[in-house]
Amino acid sequence: MLDKIWARHAILERPDGETLLYVDRHLIHDGYQPAFEFLEERGLPVRFPQQVFATPDHYVPTDERRVAGIRSAERRGMVENLVAKSREYGITLFELDDLRQGIVHVIGPEQGISQPGMTIVCADSHTSTHGALGALAFGVGMTQAAQVLATQTLWQRKPKSMRISVEGELGFGVTAKDIILAIIRRIGAAGAVGHVIEYGGSAIRALSIEGRLTVCNMSIEAGARAGMIAPDQTTFDYIAGKPFAPKGEAWAPAVQRWTETASDPGAVFDREIVLDAADIAPMVTWGTSLEDVVPIDGHIPDPANAKTVEDRERMTKALDYMGLVPGTPLSQVAIDRVFIGSCTNGRIEDLRAAAAMLGGRKVQSGVEAWVVPGSGLVKQQAESEGLDVIFRDAGFQWREAGCSLCLGTNGETVSSGQRCASTSNRNFVGRQGRGARTHLLSPQMAAVAAVTGRLTDIRGGY
Amino acid sequence: MKPFGTVSGVAVPIEGENVDTDQILPARFLPKPRNGGFGQYLFHDIRFDDSGTEKPDFILNRPAFRGASVLIGEANFGCGSSRENAVWAIADYGIRAVIAPSFGDIFYSNNIKNGVLPVVLTKDDVARLIEDQLHEPGQPVTVNLQEQTVTAGNRVYHFKIDEFSRHCLLHGIDELDYTLSQLDAIDAFAARRAAEEGWPAQAPRTASASDDGANI
Repeated sequence: MLDKIWARHAILERPDGETLLYVDRHLIHDGYQPAFEFLEERGLPVRFPQQVFATPDHYVPTDERRVAGIRSAERRGMVENLVAKSREYGITLFELDDLRQGIVHVIGPEQGISQPGMTIVCADSHTSTHGALGALAFGVGMTQAAQVLATQTLWQRKPKSMRISVEGELGFGVTAKDIILAIIRRIGAAGAVGHVIEYGGSAIRALSIEGRLTVCNMSIEAGARAGMIAPDQTTFDYIAGKPFAPKGEAWAPAVQRWTETASDPGAVFDREIVLDAADIAPMVTWGTSLEDVVPIDGHIPDPANAKTVEDRERMTKALDYMGLVPGTPLSQVAIDRVFIGSCTNGRIEDLRAAAAMLGGRKVQSGVEAWVVPGSGLVKQQAESEGLDVIFRDAGFQWREAGCSLCLGTNGETVSSGQRCASTSNRNFVGRQGRGARTHLLSPQMAAVAAVTGRLTDIRGGY
Repeated sequence: MKPFGTVSGVAVPIEGENVDTDQILPARFLPKPRNGGFGQYLFHDIRFDDSGTEKPDFILNRPAFRGASVLIGEANFGCGSSRENAVWAIADYGIRAVIAPSFGDIFYSNNIKNGVLPVVLTKDDVARLIEDQLHEPGQPVTVNLQEQTVTAGNRVYHFKIDEFSRHCLLHGIDELDYTLSQLDAIDAFAARRAAEEGWPAQAPRTASASDDGANI
């Protein structure tokens, strides 16, 4: 699949082996000011603005929908710049007060902007998300993004290919989030550097598109350039009728092309990994790297058992930052905050799954729990199903769409020393705020942690 | 962009695998203006305490490593977020070359775009370099892009880099000019691609402004 999409977008090749790749869709956000400045310095226009789609997400508050209401002048400036430049260059823009606004990786699929067989880039590492629809989608730096605005192309060396097959059926309480966390546990945080991962196998095929988006989203956390899943009937059913999807007479030939995008049965990959779905338990991270992840029924690992001196030092440092004692059962780790949202788990199925776990119970006293929908449309849909009422009645804050607590660029953070059960994608030191302690898990696990006040195995009685 | 020839100076080892760009540049500094100097934010939260005072135990604050112009990291250095600001922090601090056994993909490319040379050496070579620097802090390390060598004391390490990146770094240019010279081929490809996908034909914009905002 990588070979096919690559070949279809290769304009020319340089003698050193780099390919000038054509970019079908460029998604942009409110961090693009440096890219627009780059264009202005060079006196260059946005060459193909119809292929660019913009929405503010990183710097927007989730308790306010007016740009003028953004208290920090720096952050407000970033949002205003995106709005002004999108208008100036004729770029399609979903503004803050537009229901279609949201996290760029949520709205691409939601609007039908992201389609199979496409090349999609964005100056954000989680662009790998869109690969769930059968696209080659990856994050780029801001200078590269500026060059894509100016030329709609990008120089790239073709990555290696890796197939990760997850076979069999997932157990009770095990989600797409647990699949990708289990994969990273197996191959490591650098396990896929230089590779594009194609996920396959019956457990992946059985996932909804939203589950597939969660898996592909975190490909970068294993170091992969991109993650992708072959388009199938599930994909076509998802895309059909979306605002920017092919319509009418254009639909059948599009499906034909998309079908041909999938890897041929005998396709050869540079690396192959197979996981048994039945072996995957609900997962939770304990440390400060994505590979610091264990099943929820496990214990905080002991550095004394580390394989090397370096590993021991690193684990000790991580445990110190996390304020955890080796050997503690994960189910005894008390939490202060809960965050349900992000480009990893901020879609409607995530919110439904989390709400379904609440069963009329209340958020544990002393725990501050937030739901931040991935887009205005996700929020609207959730409200039409009454999910907001379920969350609010339980004691959750029901907020507006944005990246929010995943990385805190909008000023919303987890305080130093606070422990947060989070459905986002990174548990790095200081990721959710200086001194913040992050445990990554699925939306279901996050919802239950909110009511029990501790990390909890959702498969048992709680 | 400053051409890269040879850099010789203090090399600071940053120990630990998977050092992510959130460590190199914490997210709250992302909206700072580019010309404000990002060097002050480099490794901010490990370099300074909550009151903004230097933490004496952080290696970059030790007198021998201050003002380093070379950084030595471990495997998967610069993983995580694509933020180019992390490289701005490195470059603005005065670091011109980053040596590691492997890099986060986007971080690697961001270095080249900002005139910072990413050097890949074997894990053993990097381990030895780090050990030597810790043992003899401040011993100058020389990175020569023309020769593709790293010299520390009497040891010489050889590295590889793709020819085009080397050319860009040596001459202080980015690849955009070369890409712009291919615009005819790009426009023809764009037209073909639109036909293939059944997208409406679009003429490439050649002026820098347009008044037909598509705020739909």
